[in-house]
Amino acid sequence: MANMAQAIRMALHYGESHLGLKDIFGEDVGPPLGGVFTATQGLTTTWNSPLDERGIIGMGIGIAMTGRRCVAEIQFCDYIFNTIDLLKIAGNTCWATYGQFPIPLVVMTPVGSGIRGSIYHSHSFDSWATRLPGWKMVMPSNPLDAYGLMLAALKDQNPVLYMKPKALLRVKGEELIPGEPSDEKELRSMIDAPLGDRSQWKPQWPDLKEYVVPIGKGKRLREGQNGTVVTWGRMVPLTLQAAQSLETQGISFDVIDLRSLYPYDWSMIKESVMKTKRVLFINEDTEVTNFGEHLLRRSIEELFYHLEARPRVLAGKHLPGIGLNPVLEDNSVPQLHDIIHELKELASEVP
Amino acid sequence: MNEKIPLKKIHELMVKSRVLEERLIKIYKSGEGFFWIGGPGQEAFDVCLGLQLKKGRGNQFDWFHGHYRSTPVLVAMGMEMIEGVRMMKNLATDRSSHGRNFCNHYGFPEWNVAPISSPIEVQYSIAIGTAWAQRAEKTQGITVVTGGDAGTAEGDFASCLVWSSRPGSELPLLILVEDNRWGISTAAETQHGDKHIADRGKAFGMKTMIVDGNNAEESWNAIAEAVDYVRTKRKPLLLQANVSRLYGHSSASGASFVTNETDPIKILEDQLMKEKILTEKQIKAIWEKFQESSMNALNLARTEPQPTAESVWDYVYAGNENADWRKF
Repeated sequence: MANMAQAIRMALHYGESHLGLKDIFGEDVGPPLGGVFTATQGLTTTWNSPLDERGIIGMGIGIAMTGRRCVAEIQFCDYIFNTIDLLKIAGNTCWATYGQFPIPLVVMTPVGSGIRGSIYHSHSFDSWATRLPGWKMVMPSNPLDAYGLMLAALKDQNPVLYMKPKALLRVKGEELIPGEPSDEKELRSMIDAPLGDRSQWKPQWPDLKEYVVPIGKGKRLREGQNGTVVTWGRMVPLTLQAAQSLETQGISFDVIDLRSLYPYDWSMIKESVMKTKRVLFINEDTEVTNFGEHLLRRSIEELFYHLEARPRVLAGKHLPGIGLNPVLEDNSVPQLHDIIHELKELASEVP
Repeated sequence: MNEKIPLKKIHELMVKSRVLEERLIKIYKSGEGFFWIGGPGQEAFDVCLGLQLKKGRGNQFDWFHGHYRSTPVLVAMGMEMIEGVRMMKNLATDRSSHGRNFCNHYGFPEWNVAPISSPIEVQYSIAIGTAWAQRAEKTQGITVVTGGDAGTAEGDFASCLVWSSRPGSELPLLILVEDNRWGISTAAETQHGDKHIADRGKAFGMKTMIVDGNNAEESWNAIAEAVDYVRTKRKPLLLQANVSRLYGHSSASGASFVTNETDPIKILEDQLMKEKILTEKQIKAIWEKFQESSMNALNLARTEPQPTAESVWDYVYAGNENADWRKF
């Protein structure tokens, strides 16, 4: 099975060959490296940019303004912060011109902790991103969704922020991408660049098929009775693991991978919470003005009389950064034991 | 006088732009609008620029990334006064923003006029994108970006210089700086140690030019040379135009006429009369014609509708797809 980096690469190849994708650019995105996580290796429209995040976003807005399809990468979301006003412009231009200037721009950036990335390679951006009206924002948790969400982003007429949970980029999927060879060694030999001299190397792309995960649609990954957990990105596999371990103790949960943060799948959340009557929102961004708080607010306002326990948010601590030492990182963002603890608390609360 | 330069037409458009701006200021001062900011003092250079752009939609035509003082460029491109008045009065009929944006923040997709936004200098980092598309598609179109001198302190200006001059990937980008020596109330000489902003282009191997932007003939010739260079060489050029700021920064600073700066219209009118191209009487008639047009535009705008309350959600997303979470 492909890992997420390979899935993104294949999606971008599909974009180049079927969806009119003309430019994929950013720092070290082009040859020889093909991206610091290899997500842009072997593609034909990649090019390296100056080390200038504002230039990258500005370039992307300008290209998109002409109707030309592009994907701009910010190498780590930790370095996107000096582009905030340009992101705002990308998000408000269609609205400010009453629909006359859509900005069909895809910006992709690795997010989150989990690779011992210290203060400036561990940030999350999901809650910041959701304060950028006019954007759509997605975060896959597995390779198949990574492929399908990228195709959806490349077809969208709006700016789409595609957040790559960096700790999951090397994790293999459990489902084949349509057209992907079933032998992962074969896939590697086809699309992974060799070590050393790559100047003569060309990938052999599999005959990939269209597979779109609609933006705004979540996915229910587990069914249960004792509560609903809504999460996204890196927290999805941890939450599944937690829910699985608790099932042996007779406690079961609906686990929803939101996949799109905005627009988001409220009908899926609502239906589940009305069934389980308990809900927990989990993500790794910092906890104050966290996007989970918006979902919690909506749960209270719309589902209050259906609830049998306090709705909760489990998120990263409100700290200025993620410390390098594993003790520090593991005590800054939710870990498996934190999730298990919260799930037990949620399920056991007596109204 | 150079016979190839349409000075009478340039003069007429300069007057039209000035009268429009003065009408907008009056609308503000009479309480019919909220805020004025604009380009009186930039008419000579801007009109000459607007007349020399290859106007149209698509990358084979020129892209223009202006700022909130670019009104004379738009007037020269063919924008009617009513557009400025509608925007000043934030009406639903304002076709640039439907009543959402400040006055003189135009955007016209049919002319490749990129939407003007208030943040200073962001147009310089966005312009590289349209120029890149033109380069990639091998069109004859160029991108023209302009802004003020104070904003060149922003990083976006440096981005523009870096990205437009990458070896082997040079962009067909005409980079303009309209230097009025002010940043709101702050004098340029207190903030900038560089003698000429244009000199910054030299570090990037860029052709640079400096022109008296208050002189229409000199501006016309400089723009013609610069546009031809960028169009044929497919390389960037940095052109600095020294201009005036005749009504201060904006309505926030009073929007009153300043008498200690050069008025480019006065200079051109003196020349036209001296060369017997126009008489004083003819010039007066031109001013009166546009005064009347501006009043007609205002009277028409007064009859036009405001945006509706429910329109606030319109076009958050392209195609008017729902963006209100309450309806997800």
